[in-house]
Amino acid sequence: MYLYPIWIRLWHLFNAILFIILIITGLSMQYTDKQDYMLVVSFATAVKWHNIAAILLTINYIIFVIGNSATENGKYYRTSKKNFITDLGIQLKYYSWGIFKGEKHPFPVTENRKFNPLQKFSYVLAMYVAFPLLIISGLGLMFPETILNRVLGISGLLLTDILHITMGFFLSLFMLIHIYTCTLGARPSSLFKSMISGFHESDH
Amino acid sequence: MNFSAVKSLFLLCLFAFSNSLSASYKKAVILQDTGIFVSPYAEDNERCFTCHGQERYEYTNETLGRQVKALMCTERITKRKEFYDSNHKSFSCTDCHSSDYTTFPHPGELRMEMKYNCIDCHGGDETFSAFGFDEIDKEYQQSVHFKLEGEGFTCWGCHDPHTYKISIRNTENLKETILYDNAICLNCHSNFSHFQLLTDREEINVIEKHEWLPNQTSHFSSVRCIECHTTINDSILVAHLIVPKAEAVKKCNECHSKNSMLMASLYKFQSKEQRRDGFFNGIILNESYVIGANRNEYLNLLSLVIYGIVLVIIGVHIYFRMIRKETN
Repeated sequence: MYLYPIWIRLWHLFNAILFIILIITGLSMQYTDKQDYMLVVSFATAVKWHNIAAILLTINYIIFVIGNSATENGKYYRTSKKNFITDLGIQLKYYSWGIFKGEKHPFPVTENRKFNPLQKFSYVLAMYVAFPLLIISGLGLMFPETILNRVLGISGLLLTDILHITMGFFLSLFMLIHIYTCTLGARPSSLFKSMISGFHESDH
Repeated sequence: MNFSAVKSLFLLCLFAFSNSLSASYKKAVILQDTGIFVSPYAEDNERCFTCHGQERYEYTNETLGRQVKALMCTERITKRKEFYDSNHKSFSCTDCHSSDYTTFPHPGELRMEMKYNCIDCHGGDETFSAFGFDEIDKEYQQSVHFKLEGEGFTCWGCHDPHTYKISIRNTENLKETILYDNAICLNCHSNFSHFQLLTDREEINVIEKHEWLPNQTSHFSSVRCIECHTTINDSILVAHLIVPKAEAVKKCNECHSKNSMLMASLYKFQSKEQRRDGFFNGIILNESYVIGANRNEYLNLLSLVIYGIVLVIIGVHIYFRMIRKETN
């Protein structure tokens, strides 16, 4: 089943590469010390590449939002209140129990349902809540003169940075779980191949 | 300045001094300009401030037989408010300057009088030991500025004795202190008319020279020039060993790191009473936020715990999937 058009695959690829650069450079800025550690790049290099990757990621995100508005892909992110919690529970139960018992997938992938309820929920949170907050706080840090000096007696820069780091942390956690859940396809490598071919391999 | 110009200046001073003000007017000026501090030498000093306290002064030109208004040379002006706000506010002008200045016109040879240096009064004095003047002098003699002494550079090049006030010890607003301290450097380094008095070098464009610095505006308003351009000395509060530009700090992580050098320079005075609330270098947070230097121990630990839990869950999930695969 052809489910992943070329623009989605390219967007996803760039998103992944840029996000990995941002995680490495972001961690480097936070933890760079006077001696060098593995995977921690120097502060000046980290700042430069973090800024470049961040601008590209922002452009990539705008493409994602426009693409979802202009194409059919947006429908996969629309969430209905009906059975929202129940469906989340069913999916969670499947991942934590049913999958080991050989049960059938409760929400198999179809042309009208690319994501299961848990995926949909986490993707909406990641792409429409965490990402905008990450980008806005990142722009604030890139142009610190735009940030309020003090908010309730606390440094505006500190609050912006904590928001940025927190969103970055949750999105890096999301990425870790996202990569693992990609091994839960028909075969552990199926979904990774789909990212290249665009075709989804059915579970059954 | 040639001799005739100097002579003219003295003549102007002569006439200005002869133009006495009424006692009530003097008092009003002092009260208006000096705030709460009233100097015991206010009246004596007013003899000088009458002409040297502002840009314009008046005197009676006896040759012309009329009052003349003239502009005071900017180098000879000391604003009353600035003087009475400064460290030396309790001084009489003649504590440092010759008492012969009380005569008018000022005798010409006074132009050549030797000026006191900081160390002439403060050196080897236990009263001022907390300020480490002797150590400051030792540092100064090793600094690049000392090499300019032959060109006329002295302590006064940075610390005008008429207006200078210690800032970092008394500050309630570090940003203002940073602005005040950086203005001292920029007075020469971004003002070519002052700069060229001491060197034949070409004009420096401070902004261009620091183009490599990300978020330049934030850096310039958040740290002092001396943070990067001096060698830190643990025994004095403000480093005075200005290093050659090639030795200036250029590595970001000298400040942006857990062992931030700012704790030994800009935040040294405050860091004696280090605030511990989960933040490394938490004292910096009082005034600013330095990425890499301010790290929250609790958030760091929490993030590691969350990551650990997720990895354990993934590990367990993989394990049961493998068991399931083997069973099938």
